[in-house]
Amino acid sequence: MSIISPSRKEELRKLAELARYKVATYGEDIDISVFEEAEEVKEIDELSKLPPEIQDAAISSGIDITEKERAGSFVQVDHSVIYQKIQSAYRGQIEIMSITDALEKYPELEEYWWKAVRVDQDKYTAHAELYPMHGYFIRVLPGQKVDRAIQACLLLQENARTQNVHNIIMMEEGSSAQIITGCSIAPKVNEGLHIGISEFYIKKNAKLVFTMIHNWADGFHVRPRSGAIVESNGIFINNYILLKPVKSIQSFPTAILEGENSKAMFNSLLYGLKDSKIDVGSRIILRGKNSSGEAISRAIVADSSQIYARGTLIAQNDESKAHLDCRGILFSNDGIMYAIPELLADRAPNSILSHEAAIGPIAEEEIEYLMTRGLSKEEAVSLITQGFMDVEILGLPKHLEDYIRRMIELTQKESM
Amino acid sequence: MLTIEDLHVEVAGSPILKGVNLEIKEGETHVLLGPNGGGKTTLLMSIMGLPRYKVTRGKIYFKGEDITNLPPNERAKLGIGIMFQKPPSIRGVKLYQIGEVSLRGKEDGDRIKSYAELLNLINHIDRDLNYGFSGGELKRSELFQLLCQKPDLVLLDEPESGVDLDNISLIGTVINELLNKEDKVKSRKSSGIIVTHTGYILEYVNADKGHVLMDGKIICDGSPRDLFEEVKKHGYGRCTECL
Ligand SMILES: Nc1ncnc2c1ncn2[C@@H]1O[C@H](COP(=O)(O)OP(=O)(O)O)[C@@H](O)[C@H]1O
Ligand SMILES: [Mg+2]
Repeated sequence: MSIISPSRKEELRKLAELARYKVATYGEDIDISVFEEAEEVKEIDELSKLPPEIQDAAISSGIDITEKERAGSFVQVDHSVIYQKIQSAYRGQIEIMSITDALEKYPELEEYWWKAVRVDQDKYTAHAELYPMHGYFIRVLPGQKVDRAIQACLLLQENARTQNVHNIIMMEEGSSAQIITGCSIAPKVNEGLHIGISEFYIKKNAKLVFTMIHNWADGFHVRPRSGAIVESNGIFINNYILLKPVKSIQSFPTAILEGENSKAMFNSLLYGLKDSKIDVGSRIILRGKNSSGEAISRAIVADSSQIYARGTLIAQNDESKAHLDCRGILFSNDGIMYAIPELLADRAPNSILSHEAAIGPIAEEEIEYLMTRGLSKEEAVSLITQGFMDVEILGLPKHLEDYIRRMIELTQKESM
Repeated sequence: MLTIEDLHVEVAGSPILKGVNLEIKEGETHVLLGPNGGGKTTLLMSIMGLPRYKVTRGKIYFKGEDITNLPPNERAKLGIGIMFQKPPSIRGVKLYQIGEVSLRGKEDGDRIKSYAELLNLINHIDRDLNYGFSGGELKRSELFQLLCQKPDLVLLDEPESGVDLDNISLIGTVINELLNKEDKVKSRKSSGIIVTHTGYILEYVNADKGHVLMDGKIICDGSPRDLFEEVKKHGYGRCTECL
């Protein structure tokens, strides 16, 4: 049992109860009651023992089944944490466990639980509190520089279920790490709802590159709720990659830059396919002296997909600056792209906020230029598109960069 | 190698080339002079086959094949390459990537690196293609791509404009390499058309023939130096008499 104090538990429950039907600000409203709870799944001792179709699902969201390039792994299927492992070379550098175990083990987690995300933000946060179903706790210990990525995988194998997870990622002082989280589903899953609460705590001088790869299905709803609190000299890089169809996804992660010289970067690569309704934003609140941020999104709208790309920069410190860069290409007559950049200087007259947003086709001139070097029109469009979905902005190790590049190529080949 | 017959070309609905005839043999380098707006760029772009340049009459033959209706990539494969006067930039596509494209399968990282070194572009090959490049860097980027491509017919649109004196000899050296100028005259395979406004490039590259293109027509042929001397003395004023 979690050792969150009874009084705090009661307080959270009350807040969640009150927000149980609270419609979210953005995204279509979902009736959570139509989805069932999933059954328990057995633990495994090796990732290669996952059923083949689940392995494929994990691989397609960036998970390395061999774990060769990883410092540790966490896997949850439906409601069950089935695998957690730290490679021997990394013991003493990191901790990976189910959040349920972590709350039992570390009483001090109470002060981080629902601190970066509000429990009563909307019905999804409320649901996650009222019907908890694990999630992960990843901690990188003080001063540890973890040179391989840590991977976490959240999978669904039953159709028409909800999965509500609550994750806490704790980067202790002076630590640095890469975390890759893959969310994916078995082939037979078409419908369902994933609610993912993620709270990030980036302590002094710590750096986290967090990459989330989503791999859903036509009938699947997704409501991530993420918040980060960054202390002085801390760096938080959040990458989000969506290259598969989804029924709807709505998320608006927020980074609060509390500390001096703290930094946040949000990068999103969004590929709208079929009838996907994608509403993805990022919000940076600059509170620390000399804090800075950047939010970059690249969106391709194909088929009859709709992409809303939001970005909000809020400067609350006079010595802060941030930039927002949002670009989109429509490859279809039936798609919609809506770019919504917002800048707010909140009693900080010397802060510098800027944005560029552009939606438009690939310039004919660029295509023709590449054709003079021998590429066919299709090859030229494909090369420019891959360049547009600029993987290098993500700040990933080469093998992950190559992996995502290949995924983008694949998505593009299939969609054209 | 290249034969152009009675070529008429329209750009955005207005006729620009009005009956150009030109013959370039294997191993020959021709120089194209002419006032601004005379149609020099239009002629090179039409030989390359850029779709904005619409051929309304006439034919272009390359290595005996009628290429008048081929798209640029097919022409590139046959062995035509162009150095743009004003190349576009492409964000997200790296200079080395287009080097690979131009090498077409013959790719090896060493060659890309050695060409980049030769052209002082080693710090540019990982940058977005032409993005934020200076005037001189753009010219070198174009030549880098052509070195990778090794075309049999090289179309050079004002290779020296905007290039400082230090770099102009480098550009001359690379053009000479592209045009096999080191080889014996008889064994030269590559041909070229050099469009020049200033004529400076002729101090570094020897050309065999010259033409003046004006008002969409070639109005005069001759030795490149003679033509250039004439233009230096009198401008294109006296050329109008030949129209
Ligand atoms: N995209 C275009 N739209 C309209 N007119 C054009 C375009 N490109 C070139 N032209 C016109 O074609 C003529 C020839 O231009 P160009 O071939 O660039 O000449 P040059 O290279 O000899 O200076 C000029 O009058 C120019 O304005
Ligand atoms: Mg010109």
